[in-house]
Amino acid sequence: MSGFLTVHNFSCGYGDKFVLRNVNIEAGQGEISGIIGPNGSGKTTLFRGLTGELPARSGEVLLHGRDLRQMSYNERARSMAVVAQHVYATDITVEEYVLMGRLPHRKQFQLFETREDYEIAHHYMQLTNVYGLRNKLMSKISGGEQQLANIARALTQQPELLLLDEPTSHLDITHQVQILNLIQKLNEEMKLSVLMIIHDLNLAGEYCDYLVMLKNGQPFKQGLPDEVLDYQVIEEGYKTVVVVQPNPVSHKPAVFLVSDKILKQKKKASGQGEGQEQSGKDF
Amino acid sequence: MKPPSGSASRKRKLFRWGISLLTLLVLTVIAFVLGMSAGELDISMWDVPRILAEKDGVEYVVLTQIRLPRIILAIAAGGGLSLSGAILQGIYRNPLVEPFTLGISGGAALGVALAIVFTLPAVFGAFALPVAGFAGALLAIVFVYVLGARFGQVNVNNMLLIGVMVSFVSSSLMMLMMSLATARSLHSIIFWMMGSLDEPNTMLIRLTLVVSVTSLVIAGFFSRSLNALRLGEANAWHLGVNTGLTIRVMFILASLVAGVCVASTGVIGFVGLVIPHLVRVLAGSDYRMLLPASFLGGGIFLIICDAIARTIIAPNELPIGVITGIAGGIVFIVFLSRSKSTLKVN
Repeated sequence: MSGFLTVHNFSCGYGDKFVLRNVNIEAGQGEISGIIGPNGSGKTTLFRGLTGELPARSGEVLLHGRDLRQMSYNERARSMAVVAQHVYATDITVEEYVLMGRLPHRKQFQLFETREDYEIAHHYMQLTNVYGLRNKLMSKISGGEQQLANIARALTQQPELLLLDEPTSHLDITHQVQILNLIQKLNEEMKLSVLMIIHDLNLAGEYCDYLVMLKNGQPFKQGLPDEVLDYQVIEEGYKTVVVVQPNPVSHKPAVFLVSDKILKQKKKASGQGEGQEQSGKDF
Repeated sequence: MKPPSGSASRKRKLFRWGISLLTLLVLTVIAFVLGMSAGELDISMWDVPRILAEKDGVEYVVLTQIRLPRIILAIAAGGGLSLSGAILQGIYRNPLVEPFTLGISGGAALGVALAIVFTLPAVFGAFALPVAGFAGALLAIVFVYVLGARFGQVNVNNMLLIGVMVSFVSSSLMMLMMSLATARSLHSIIFWMMGSLDEPNTMLIRLTLVVSVTSLVIAGFFSRSLNALRLGEANAWHLGVNTGLTIRVMFILASLVAGVCVASTGVIGFVGLVIPHLVRVLAGSDYRMLLPASFLGGGIFLIICDAIARTIIAPNELPIGVITGIAGGIVFIVFLSRSKSTLKVN
């Protein structure tokens, strides 16, 4: 389980500013791992460090014990596919877009996709439900459909690890659930390891097997969702009062926010009463 | 579920590209014959193949010694400039970039102006002007590249801005040169700047052709990486493209081919800007198609513009830069307003 994706003493940043310092993370094979943390905690920097876009200042990112920097560009893209947040809404059909995923598999000087490339792309387009859209332009489909096409393109790279940067941001709940269910299905059926940055703590708790909470460029807490999504950890990490209760159906941790007004009322009431807890499971 | 047939859409795409390229090749041949027949000496289009086959007479000499070199230079320079524009618009992801936005023509013009003012052609002969032009272009490219790609990171926006600045500075220096030049030199400078396909030196024509065709082939090998760059640098990187290397090599290639074209023909504007856009609208933005189509389209455009320049006020000749500017601009505006499409590079 361990040693699949290892981030070892990893530091990186922009210019002379360090954002991440000596980060150590281990993501297990065949698991869905989530990276959470407040804005500015270094999630995106960590993501860019993992993809190799941002060179490490020190330390290393190992995939199966191999340093990413020692892999060729194509080798890296064949073992790790990235679903970035920004899709350039380009004048390119969904089919052409998904076919781009075959790029790291091309032979040197190979100008045209093979028939096999097309078959693989079509297979993953069907799996992600975008096959019917294949002749539409990427700029003419909805945000949710673009994200599905994005995932289809990443799968077409046939990677071992799928990295996603907030795959559900800007999507309605229908598409959020659709995308995450798809990721879960891929994880189960294809034994695909997944690492994603995810903002929504409830979705993180519901779908992830392992969570890393970042704070100030350091892993603040990592472990099982039950351990990380603890109200004390979240309140410390995010400096926000929350209530954590198990989801009545899935029994995974669910996080609730409480408005300031209610909190003040509660405080007043508990001040008069017998010192109830302000937050937490027994609210 | 029925297995999807990947081969059908693959065949359709290859077929469409094949047809488009074939059409462009046919158009090139038509433009070639048209260019051969146009000019002061009246030669019918239908007679061109016969005269070429007979290899005899005044008409044969006019065709092979006067018109053929011009047409070959038109294909080489038109293709080269248009190819350069297509590549630069792609890596800068900016629809208004062309080889001349980046100071390449400014640098070349400055080099030529210096050479003329210091009467280098009288000392070094016919090659002096092209060499000076190329040296000027090269200097501009080095400036843009070194300043724009500092710290080992290529920043395309920096490069673009520095290119525009190099362009401004060199045009100011040009004006300085012109204000100091004698009337005779001034005339040569202006004549060179207007551009012309009238190049007596066949070596130079051959060199231009070899450089632009070689650039087309090299760029062809990068076409799938250029396609990936359409998705943005980060996404291209995720797809295993060495984005830094691709941008560097493509910038140097596009600048060099433009520099060579400018050195041998002078400043012929508009080809590098307009042709890639027209091709994008007609044939799509896939670089595997865009590069050869831009090359052929640029060649066709320059052959026709040159034919117009030679015939419209015959026996005199208009500078070709005037025709490319007017014809290209009008065609482009009409096309853009009709097709309802906007300028796009992605």
